Amino acid sequence: MNAIVNLSRRQFLKLSGGLALGFHLPQSLAQSGPGRTVSTDLAGDFSPNAFIRISPDNTITVIVKHVEMGQGTYTGLPTLVAEELDADWSQIRAEGAPADAKRYNNLFWGEAQGTGGSTALANSYEQLRKAGAAARAMLVAAAAEKWQVPVSEIKVSRGVVSSKNRKATFGELAADAAKQPVPADVKLKDPKDFVLIGKPAVRTDARAKSNGSAIFTQDVKLPGMLTAVVLHPPRFGATLKSFDAAKAKQINGVEQVVAFSTPATNGVAVLAKDYWSAKKGRDALSAEWDESAAFRLGSSEIMNDYKKLATTPGLSARKDGDVDAAFRGAARTLQAGYEFPYLAHASMEPMNCIVKLDGGGCEIWNGEQFQTVDQAVVAKLLGLDAGQVRINQLYAGGSFGRRANPKSDFVLEAAAIAKATNGAAPVKLVWGREDDMRAGFYRPMYYHTLKAGLDAQGNLVAWKHVIVGQSILTGTVFESRQVKDGIDATSVEGAANLPYAIPNLAVELHSPTIGVPVQWWRSVGSTHTAFATECFLDEIARETKKDPFELRRSLLAKHPRHRAALELAAQKAGWGNPKEGVARGIAVHESFKTIVAQVVEVSRKQSSLKIERVICAVDCGVAVNPNIIAMQMESGIGFGLSAALAGAITLKEGIVEQSNFHDYPVLRMKQMPKVEVFIVPSKENPTGVGEPGTPVIAPALANAILAMRGKPIRALPMSSQGVTFV
Amino acid sequence: MISLDVNGTLVQADADGDTPLLWVLRDHLDMTGTKFGCGMALCGACTVHIDGKPARSCVTPVSTVAGKKIATIEKIGETRAGKAVQAAWVAESVPQCGYCQSGQVMAATALLAAIPAPSDADIDAAMSGNICRCATYARIRAAIKRAAREAKVQA
Repeated sequence: MNAIVNLSRRQFLKLSGGLALGFHLPQSLAQSGPGRTVSTDLAGDFSPNAFIRISPDNTITVIVKHVEMGQGTYTGLPTLVAEELDADWSQIRAEGAPADAKRYNNLFWGEAQGTGGSTALANSYEQLRKAGAAARAMLVAAAAEKWQVPVSEIKVSRGVVSSKNRKATFGELAADAAKQPVPADVKLKDPKDFVLIGKPAVRTDARAKSNGSAIFTQDVKLPGMLTAVVLHPPRFGATLKSFDAAKAKQINGVEQVVAFSTPATNGVAVLAKDYWSAKKGRDALSAEWDESAAFRLGSSEIMNDYKKLATTPGLSARKDGDVDAAFRGAARTLQAGYEFPYLAHASMEPMNCIVKLDGGGCEIWNGEQFQTVDQAVVAKLLGLDAGQVRINQLYAGGSFGRRANPKSDFVLEAAAIAKATNGAAPVKLVWGREDDMRAGFYRPMYYHTLKAGLDAQGNLVAWKHVIVGQSILTGTVFESRQVKDGIDATSVEGAANLPYAIPNLAVELHSPTIGVPVQWWRSVGSTHTAFATECFLDEIARETKKDPFELRRSLLAKHPRHRAALELAAQKAGWGNPKEGVARGIAVHESFKTIVAQVVEVSRKQSSLKIERVICAVDCGVAVNPNIIAMQMESGIGFGLSAALAGAITLKEGIVEQSNFHDYPVLRMKQMPKVEVFIVPSKENPTGVGEPGTPVIAPALANAILAMRGKPIRALPMSSQGVTFV
Repeated sequence: MISLDVNGTLVQADADGDTPLLWVLRDHLDMTGTKFGCGMALCGACTVHIDGKPARSCVTPVSTVAGKKIATIEKIGETRAGKAVQAAWVAESVPQCGYCQSGQVMAATALLAAIPAPSDADIDAAMSGNICRCATYARIRAAIKRAAREAKVQA
């Protein structure tokens, strides 16, 4: 098995023509290096499986199947290997795996490779520990054979194999270990013996990302490569009728101008040796568009339609008890509607992708989040087999979901442009910020209505939640698995699994089809369901004169993990001990099996508000790297705040009104609050942390503002409600 | 052909004078540490130093910087402040996706060169032009303070 695995990887690399060839590396490979796909095995390397390569120089390379987009996969996943290998952390390097779903599939997704749903560490937890344990067993067997001692007398600690006075490094044993049989089964450590898991190992990418040497797609330069800058239609659904490239071709450096069309996008591409020439060429283009099928509504018209839909019966996503009867018997009812805008991901690295066509197929360089989907879609466009689409992994300069596009929009666009130029040169597609912000694939707009029924004592006896918004998954390859009876699981997650003990509860969904491309956005459905449910619960608490923390606590008796996270956040915040001039809000929400509770403290600063402090408690099972968990909570909170405070993509007659960071403002240094993160101790298998910090902050903040001024916030962003922050 | 002083070395680039310095660095000189984020001086990912002052290279025509001293992320670690900042970035676990961090490091280094012991208000003023979508701001603040302490110890 060992030999087969190694052979297949070598075959892959042979097919790919050798990555080192002409690959431009501006800096020496420091620490974990630039983050590119695996380099080839060298003589004397020990590669016991698809995830580990130990070299004679004593470095251990962990091949990571998930993209590093900031969430820490290049540290968390190697930690699992290093733990069972008993390696020293300083030996560890990380490299991105090639696209190969047979070896590098996401174990939660069947035979598909990709990163999403905060699954990277969770699905790898046993797989990579077993990989490390197998390698360790082979190193031990090699030492036992060499020293003629029983295996039981051999110890391994921090990268050194020893027996009495003999010792050897992994590198010294690598060649001999490679000759050992791969063990059929391995025993994993008892968690009490963990050395690295639970400790804050330094990120493998920290140094390269502090000195400019980390390589992103944007930084790759291939011999003869041309940069493509594109002109997209002004409205979604419009198609190119004709274009005039005469002026573009007069620009110094412009080499080609081509039209392209894919199932996801269409337009005109200007290709030049450098970005600036291509951009000037693009700006000089004129084009005519067929807008007969274009989308022409504005955001306010869409919202009005959604509000009408919300008054009609929707598809049932959950039905407990008899809601109608409970409302009829209720002493009083409360109602509220919540509005959410489209949101752009706006990752710092605008979308980009490099495609090189050659006799044997197609080679892609990308911060690749969705290998198997992109391979299939690009193969279809180019008339290839999926296996002929080879993908080189790079660091992604953020994504927040955007680089995992179910229609492969920008990857496919790069392939279509390469095809339109007949593969004459490798093509690097570079979107400017405006192209990125106006290309669609937003977090959908939503409208929610909530209705609560209370008995004479103020107890919550009925809850009806209606959600209106576009389905993200309908019409994608995920529809068959995640859209059941018309219910897109991502539209109702966080609402249909509401943990609170309410005897009569109904959740209904409307999924109107409109022509704006939509996509998941960090924490997906929970971006809106957490806000609607957690804010409405605070409105109920206020109306019934109950403490928001105590009300949640009383409704979570059957959910001890939610309750523990809630209590930890409240305790650390000093809930119940008022602070002069400060209002507090609390919220708790589960997403991707991780539970997060947050308390926000807000004060007044003249006519604005200031977020003084955020206390965050998280239960994500075993804490593999507490420092990275804290980083992801801080990041999720900051990302959620950007949307809560001022994030909105709006349409006017179908045209996106925003274009860059001046009209799509995001959180900046002076607005970032102090964040204190506390981890609930746990022995459960780890769950993700990349997304679950995000959905909780907006409702916790809104609840603090409700406590402060007695008036709820029922539409985001808060800037649209006249609420501003210093 | 335009001659430039980049990190103390005289280099030549065959670029039109209106080309932003960012693209001359990245596409003509193959120095890709300086990043493209917005093209409108709104995000700070492209921050370099021109005669010691932080500047957004995405809106700086290359014709305007001939004869000036340009410093970039590739060599900033050779300065005392730059070295302290980069070490503090690792010590405080600042980078996540990392794409904005070249610009953050350049802005922080310029701040420390101008104000060796910056206050929170100084940090807000100097760093608010640099966006980080991973929201690493609190750690950037801590790292700047750490770098200030360490640079003082070394002085």
